[in-house]
Amino acid sequence: MNNPHAASVSNRPRALAAGSPHFVPQSGEAATATPRLQARGLRKSYRKGQVEIPVLKGVDFNVQPGEFVSIIGASGSGKSTLLHLLGLLDGPDAGEIRFDGGRIDDLPVRRRDLIRNQQFGMIFQFYHLLPELSTLENVLAPQMIAAGAWSFLRSRARLAQEARDLLGMVGLGHRLKHRPRELSGGEMQRAAIARALIMRPQVLLADEPTGNLDRATGLEILRILRTLNAQENLTIVMVTHDLAIAEEADRIVRLCEGGVEKA
Amino acid sequence: MYKLLLCWRYLRTRWIALASIISVTLGVATMIVVNSVMEGFRHEMQQRIHGILSDIVFESNSLAGFYDPDWHMEQIRQVAGQYIEGMTPTVVVPAMLSYEYNGSSITRAVQLIGIDERTQSQVGDFCHYLQHPGNREKISFDLRDDGYDVIDHQAGPDAPPRHEMREAGWKHRHKWVERQRLLESMQPKADRQASDPHATRVPLESLEATLAHEQHTIRPAAFEPALPDDGADEANPLRDDGLAGETPLTGSENSPIAPAATAHAAAVNAATHDSAQTAAQVPAELTVESAAGPINPFGAQATPAETFDPDKQQHPGAVIGISTVTHPLAGGHTLFLAMPGDDVRLSFPTAGTPPEVSHASFTIVDLYESKMSEYDASFVFVPIATLQQYRGMFDPETKIGFATSIQIKLKPGVDGQMVRDVLRAAFAPQIYNISTWRDKQGPLLAAVQMETAILNVLLFMIIFVAGFGILAIFFMIVVEKTRDIGILKALGASRRGILGIFLGYGLSLGIVGAGAGMVIGLLFVAYINEIADLLGMITGQEVFDPTIYYFQKIPTIIEPGTVTWIVAGALLIAVLASVLPARRAARLHPVEALRYE
Repeated sequence: MNNPHAASVSNRPRALAAGSPHFVPQSGEAATATPRLQARGLRKSYRKGQVEIPVLKGVDFNVQPGEFVSIIGASGSGKSTLLHLLGLLDGPDAGEIRFDGGRIDDLPVRRRDLIRNQQFGMIFQFYHLLPELSTLENVLAPQMIAAGAWSFLRSRARLAQEARDLLGMVGLGHRLKHRPRELSGGEMQRAAIARALIMRPQVLLADEPTGNLDRATGLEILRILRTLNAQENLTIVMVTHDLAIAEEADRIVRLCEGGVEKA
Repeated sequence: MYKLLLCWRYLRTRWIALASIISVTLGVATMIVVNSVMEGFRHEMQQRIHGILSDIVFESNSLAGFYDPDWHMEQIRQVAGQYIEGMTPTVVVPAMLSYEYNGSSITRAVQLIGIDERTQSQVGDFCHYLQHPGNREKISFDLRDDGYDVIDHQAGPDAPPRHEMREAGWKHRHKWVERQRLLESMQPKADRQASDPHATRVPLESLEATLAHEQHTIRPAAFEPALPDDGADEANPLRDDGLAGETPLTGSENSPIAPAATAHAAAVNAATHDSAQTAAQVPAELTVESAAGPINPFGAQATPAETFDPDKQQHPGAVIGISTVTHPLAGGHTLFLAMPGDDVRLSFPTAGTPPEVSHASFTIVDLYESKMSEYDASFVFVPIATLQQYRGMFDPETKIGFATSIQIKLKPGVDGQMVRDVLRAAFAPQIYNISTWRDKQGPLLAAVQMETAILNVLLFMIIFVAGFGILAIFFMIVVEKTRDIGILKALGASRRGILGIFLGYGLSLGIVGAGAGMVIGLLFVAYINEIADLLGMITGQEVFDPTIYYFQKIPTIIEPGTVTWIVAGALLIAVLASVLPARRAARLHPVEALRYE
C-alpha cells in the first residue's frame, strides 16, 4: 500500500456516522484519471481432476471512485471468482489488478492481508459472521486483527463506540450482545455490513449480499448500500445474478463466457 | 487480540476438546502423585540410611581393623579437620545372633557393630531409633528398669500399641528368670546341663585366652577408679559378687603385678580422653567370664547360680535391630520373640589370622528400629570396648584398641565427595577404604532413582499418547472451523495469526488440562493416606501395609521443580500436538474455506 492511500484513509472524515453533507470526493481530476479498481486481462481457471476449466478468460473493467457497480452473470459465469480476485482472496493466473493505479495482486502476502484488512470491506451471501462472537465483537473483529492485543485493549472504548455507532446506523443498535445464530438473515447481513465498514475501507465488495434474503429484506440491505454510496461516496462492487437487484447500481457489468459483455 | 478472544471462546464452547485433555490431566496427576511418593520414599530411606551411616565411613580393608583409632582420627583431623564435626570409631563384624523362644533356638545372621557410646551420637541419629526415652537422650548399655515405649514414638498416636514393651527391662528379666528356674526345677538334673545353652560353648582359643589373661591382671587397676563414675548403681554390688567368685582363679597372679598395672592404667587414663577410661573399665569387667573359659570347661556361666545371677545381673548390653527379634503381624501389630531384658548369644570371628569363632552372651538393653528393614533385621550394637576385648582387638602393652572403621560426620553444607577425595588422597587405598554414605548405599539409592526414572518415562508416554488424542481432535476442530478461518482471512488475518489461534488454543487446553491435573495430583498427594484408608475400607484389603515398608504413613514430598517440569512437559506436548492442525488451518485457501459448508 503506497503512501497516498494511507493518507487518504486517515484523512477521510468520519462522514458515515456524522452524516456530513460537505463530503467531497478526494481530488476530482486525479480520481477520474486513475480508476479506484482496475482489472486487466484477468484469467483464472480451476482444475477438476485432470481437466482444467477456464472461468475467466481475460476480464477488463474499471471501477471509478465513488461508483456503485454491479457485476451480473449467470451462475458459473465466474462473477464470484472475479470478486475474490478483486478482493485478493485468490490470485489470477494472468492479468493484473490495480488499486488506485498501483498493482496489488502481486504484492507479498502480508501486504495483501493488510489491504484486505484496511482498504476493502467484504460482505457475503452467507454473511460469514463468526458464530463464537457477539454482534459487537464480530464488527470489531477487523480492528482486533489490525491491532495487537495491547493497543486494541487501550483503544477499546473508542473502537467499541465506533462499532456501536455503525451498528446503530445499520439498525442493529439493540442487538449488540447477541450471537449470530440469534439474529435473522437481514440482521446478520447488516452486522456484516457494519463489520465491512469498521476499518473505513475504500471499496466495499459484496458477493450476492441479498442472495439469501427475501425480497423486502434484500431491498433494505440494498438501500443501506445505496445510502453508503451516496453519503460516503463509498465505492461498491456488487456481484449478483438478479437483474432487479443489479439495476439498483450506477452501472452494470455483464459477465458472459469468462469475459465482460460489451453493453 | 482476536487470537486470544477466539481461543477463549473456543475453549468455552468446545467441550469435546476438553475430553481430549482429560488424559493429559490424568497423566499429569499420576506423575505428580508417583513422583511425590517416590521422592517421599527416597527421602525417608536416605534419612534412615544417613541416620545410620555417617557422612563418611573410613574403613579398614581387613576384619582385624587398624590400630589406634584415636591416632587415625587425629590424622584425619589434620587432613580435613575444617570440614569435620564429629568422629567415632566403630568395630563392624559379621556375626550370628541366637536366642531362645518357646524352647527353640532362633538364629539370625547379623552385622555386629561395636560403638563408642560417648561419640556415636555425634555422627548420626543412632539414638533416635531406640525404644527407651532415656536411651534416646543418651545411650546406656545398662538394662533399664522399665519405661520402654509402648507406642512407637516414630509412628505417631495411631500406631497399634506394643503392650509387651510395658514389661520390658528388669521387670521382664525377673519374670524370665523366675520362669526359667521353675522350668529347671521341674526337669531332671541330667537334662538340665544338656539343655543349658552355655554348656555347648566352645572354649576360647589360646590367643584370646592369653590376651584376656593379661588384661585380667590389670583389672583391679582399671576397675577401681572407674567405680564412682559408673551410673548403673544396681549393677555395682553385683559386679563385685562376680569378681569375688573369680578371685581364686586369678588372685595369685594379680597381686605382684598390680602396682605396675595401676600406674600404667593411670597413665593411659591421663593421656587419652574419657573414652579410654570406659574402654578400660568395661573390658576389665568382661574378661572375668571370658578368662574363665579355658580354665573352667563350663565357663563362668555354666554355673549361673553361683557366679552369675541373671535375676540381678546382666551380661554386657546389646542394642538389637528390632526385626531380628520380632515378627510383624497383621494390622501393624508386632510379635516379640525377645525383648529388652532377655539374653542373646552372639558368635563372631576373632581378629586373629585365620579368624576363629568366639561366642559371648549379651543382654538386650534396647531395640533399634530405624524402619529400614535391611538395617533393623541385621544390626546389633554393643559397646566397642566389649567387642574389642572379645575379638582380641587390643594391644596388651599399650591398652590401645583396634577399630575397623571410623564414622565421620561433616559440618553442614560440606560436600562429602570432596572430603572423601581429600581423605583418599591422604590414606593408602590398600589399607583404607573411604566412602561416603551415598557410595555405601549407592545401589539401593540408584535402584530407587531408576524406578522413578522408568515410571516417569512410562507415565510421560501416557501424556504423549494423550498428545495424539489432542492431535486428532484438533484436526476435527480445524475442519469444523474451516469457514471461520476463511472469514478471518477475508478480514485480513495473516497466516501467522491463524496459526497463533490454534497454537494458543492448544496451549490453553494444555493449561487447563495440566492445571487440573496438577490440582488433582496435589490434592491426591495431600490426602493420600486418607484415600488409601478409604480404598482399603471399600475393597477390604489394605492398600498400604505398614508392615511391608515399616512406614505408618505413605511418605510424600512435593518437589516444586518436579511439578513444574511435569506441567511444562504436558504443556509442550499439548502445543506440539496442535502444531500440525494449526499449520493446516493456516494454509487453508481462503476461497475454499469460505465455500466450505
